Amino acid sequence: METLIEFFSFKYPNIKYVVFGTMLLSVSSAVVGCFTFIKKKSLVGDVISHAVLPGICISFLASGSKDPFLLIIGAFISGWIAIIVMDAIIQNTKIKEDAATGLSLSVFFGIGILLMTYIQHSGNAAQSGLDTFLFGKAAALVGKDLMAFSIIAVVVLITVFLFYKEFKLISFDPQFAKVIGLPIKRLEMILTSITVLAVVTGIQAVGVVLMAAMLITPAAAARFWTNRLSRMILLASIFGAFSGISGAYISYAAPSMPTGPWMVMVLSIIALISFFFAPGRGIVIRQWRRFSIRKQLLEENLLKAFYRIGENSGDHFQKVAIDDIQLIRNFSPAQLAKGLRKLRVNGYVQRNNETWFLTGEGFEKGKRITRLHRLWELYLTKYLRIAPDHVHEDADTIEHVITPELEARLEKLLEYPTSDPHLSEIPK
Amino acid sequence: MTNNFIKQVENPALEIHDLTVSYDKKPVLWGIDLSIPQGSLCGIIGPNGAGKSTLIKAIMDLVDMNSGYVKLFDQSLDDVRKRVSYVPQRESVDWDFPASVLDVVLMGRYADLGLFRNPRKADKEAAMKALEMVGMDKYYKRQISQLSGGQQQRVFLARALTQKADIYFLDEPFAGVDAATEKAIFRILQDLAGEGKTIVVVHHDLQSVETYFEWVILLNLRLVASGPTKEIFTPALLEETYGGKLTLLTEVGELVKEGEFKAREKQ
Amino acid sequence: MDAFWIILTGSLVAVSCALLGSFLILRKMSMVGDAISHSVLPGIVIAFFIAGSMQSIWMLVGAGILGILTTFLIEFFHQKGRLQTDASIGVTFTWLFALGVILVTYYAGNAHIDQDCILYGEIAYVPIDLLYNSAGDPIGPKAVVILSVVLILILAFILLFYKELFVTTFDAAYAKAIGISTTKWHYALMSLVSLTTVASFESVGAILVVALLITPAASAYLITNQLKTMLILSSVFGILSSFFGYWLSYLLDGSIAGAMVTVSGIIFAICYVIVRQRK
Repeated sequence: METLIEFFSFKYPNIKYVVFGTMLLSVSSAVVGCFTFIKKKSLVGDVISHAVLPGICISFLASGSKDPFLLIIGAFISGWIAIIVMDAIIQNTKIKEDAATGLSLSVFFGIGILLMTYIQHSGNAAQSGLDTFLFGKAAALVGKDLMAFSIIAVVVLITVFLFYKEFKLISFDPQFAKVIGLPIKRLEMILTSITVLAVVTGIQAVGVVLMAAMLITPAAAARFWTNRLSRMILLASIFGAFSGISGAYISYAAPSMPTGPWMVMVLSIIALISFFFAPGRGIVIRQWRRFSIRKQLLEENLLKAFYRIGENSGDHFQKVAIDDIQLIRNFSPAQLAKGLRKLRVNGYVQRNNETWFLTGEGFEKGKRITRLHRLWELYLTKYLRIAPDHVHEDADTIEHVITPELEARLEKLLEYPTSDPHLSEIPK
Repeated sequence: MTNNFIKQVENPALEIHDLTVSYDKKPVLWGIDLSIPQGSLCGIIGPNGAGKSTLIKAIMDLVDMNSGYVKLFDQSLDDVRKRVSYVPQRESVDWDFPASVLDVVLMGRYADLGLFRNPRKADKEAAMKALEMVGMDKYYKRQISQLSGGQQQRVFLARALTQKADIYFLDEPFAGVDAATEKAIFRILQDLAGEGKTIVVVHHDLQSVETYFEWVILLNLRLVASGPTKEIFTPALLEETYGGKLTLLTEVGELVKEGEFKAREKQ
Repeated sequence: MDAFWIILTGSLVAVSCALLGSFLILRKMSMVGDAISHSVLPGIVIAFFIAGSMQSIWMLVGAGILGILTTFLIEFFHQKGRLQTDASIGVTFTWLFALGVILVTYYAGNAHIDQDCILYGEIAYVPIDLLYNSAGDPIGPKAVVILSVVLILILAFILLFYKELFVTTFDAAYAKAIGISTTKWHYALMSLVSLTTVASFESVGAILVVALLITPAASAYLITNQLKTMLILSSVFGILSSFFGYWLSYLLDGSIAGAMVTVSGIIFAICYVIVRQRK
């Protein structure tokens, strides 16, 4: 707890820089990742992150120094080449996208490992620390390194801001973009370039293997909360920033812990929560909705049964016993008990010892459901010519879905009918 | 009022009862009810997106059914799989796959072979015979990537033929195929029907329906009609199939998918 | 003599990967293979702590379980979560790999496992680590023995179930129609990928297993139109990668695994050029 307070009070200036740095990295990756996500090419980030290694090594070999700018240039070039190779393979051979991706990724990385070990064994003192590129060390980001990578992250974000509309169009609808004359090739190049840049900087924080997560996971998580790109980017940025701060915090509070994996863990947990609980698209939410719908169905079907009983006897408000209800429609005793209780609570029925009867509201609702049921049955039999004995079940589900607007259209289409296929009256 | 345009038969090869199928939670087939006689050459007709492929896939148990059942020769699919042959759409397969024509046709024998046996001479002979029937026997060694669309379709048919099934389901076998191949395939199907086999074809070309099929199923999300071509293939019913007045149905389908049960005003 | 054992180990890994990889690329599951080769890490670490040593049956079990879990999660997010395939793969394997690295670091003090080793192994140690039989005589390097067993398993699998693999790979719908369960074979294949990954990770490292899964198979795919030839050719390319890779690493004094992958990449480049010339 103390460390948390200590951390956020920015007691030590270093913390400020580390937090700033990791946040920038995470946000720029998350933003770019949204575009690759939309294009369904999320794993491109994986390719780039593995492919930068040979570039870094060659740059070191050529210049003899670990100047971040030089290394970045090397990384950038080899990242780009990997993408070009990947595209060339897909365009010119029968090899499919997944294999081209995996091949590009792993071969470039293998070459990189070879070069890196060559450098390491060559006894060149300057080479130590070259392998931090592999694993990422967010806490080690200081001074010149931090400056370099922060500038790049800012460049990435500004570019996205400037070209937002164009990027959006070429990602969602490349055909249309072509038709209206956008310079697609050039825009793609810019987008690829900033993706490479975002990856190059992001690897500093989390390392090669996990870099893909910085691009994919925030975007995937954000997707579950919204359908709009602008909101998705915003959310992804927030998720990314949060994981960045967590990473900085962890590297401060537990220096022996690897920051990269923890950042990815935080992101993954956010993603899992989103997958399961995001309103609308979350798995658990959808299940729960289906469940609550079934409850609603039960109650409405009960009211329908009540109405039916009333029709048969002529008195809609008579006292009804459970057995009578079972005659109309087979409910399990548990369902019946639960349903009746709910109806009573909501004021649709009232209880009198062992019998139940409709209230005014219950009557209206029961009437409405019955009406929709019979309208829909009529539609199915008359308009779609489905056999009458088949429509009862179908209508059972559908009647609960029909809105007043749909109801009006149904009525009009069927020419304001008064009776259904079974010749029961359609209540007004 | 019953639908007079859906003819039911005795001892059907295929019987479908109240079949409703959803795709991605949206109902795409509503309450299909039909039966087709044995030994008939039958065409499934309807506009794009009508659910024709889905119907075949539901019969083959490749997609889930919401309600209803399917019977083949009065039994469930699992009990009669050996008597059923399925020819999927050509584009559902990657023709770059490293295989020869014979390799693909031999697959038709796999069901019979079971887990540990490999194709024997008898199987190869059966495969070659099937290739002969479709006129591709000289190509048995050819790589499938080097085949034209029509040739690929013939290979698919040959594969189905090696199964020596009693009922065949073909999904758009004439799509993107040259005229000669179409004629050749049709003749084979006709011969099969003549031998008492039942053939069900998803077909897209209205012009050839009357020539090819003796029984027609008109489908557009729901069954419009099913019966002998002469009776069913009429302008009125076609109008209904292709008329496209199903906005209400599709909208309701969407609502079911969303699980939207919007609060309705009290009246 | 050392060179022999090293090249042999590399070849065993390469051939196992080439055989499985041929099916992976034909099923368009290359990246799932990539995912599994990373995500088995937590399984290996947990198994290590149950068994207390690196070479044990528990590692294979741990890897197998993680492999199945990975396959299942990818499917789950895709089908139930309605998440697009590429993102399902990306989210799943990074999460599991991160978990693995955390576990490794957490226990790193006592362990022989370290990050470098996981990533690219150290095949040079193979000849030293011998397996002894009950009489106390060395049979051969442990890695060679384990890998040979895995390879035999894979060969048996492919030989016995060739036609099932063939039909489920070429035409899944037709396979299901004739009653062959595509799911079962999918999981079986992915389990073998996990096994191969863990058997290989000590020598070539988890990440480079991916290269050997895809590259020789892709090269063979370019050159031939017959599945049987593809399987054989990819194995040959794998062995060549191992052989020349060893010498390349000797020349440069660099990682043997890295060199093997580099050579496999060169072989691919050659095949690519050949195919383009043919056109």
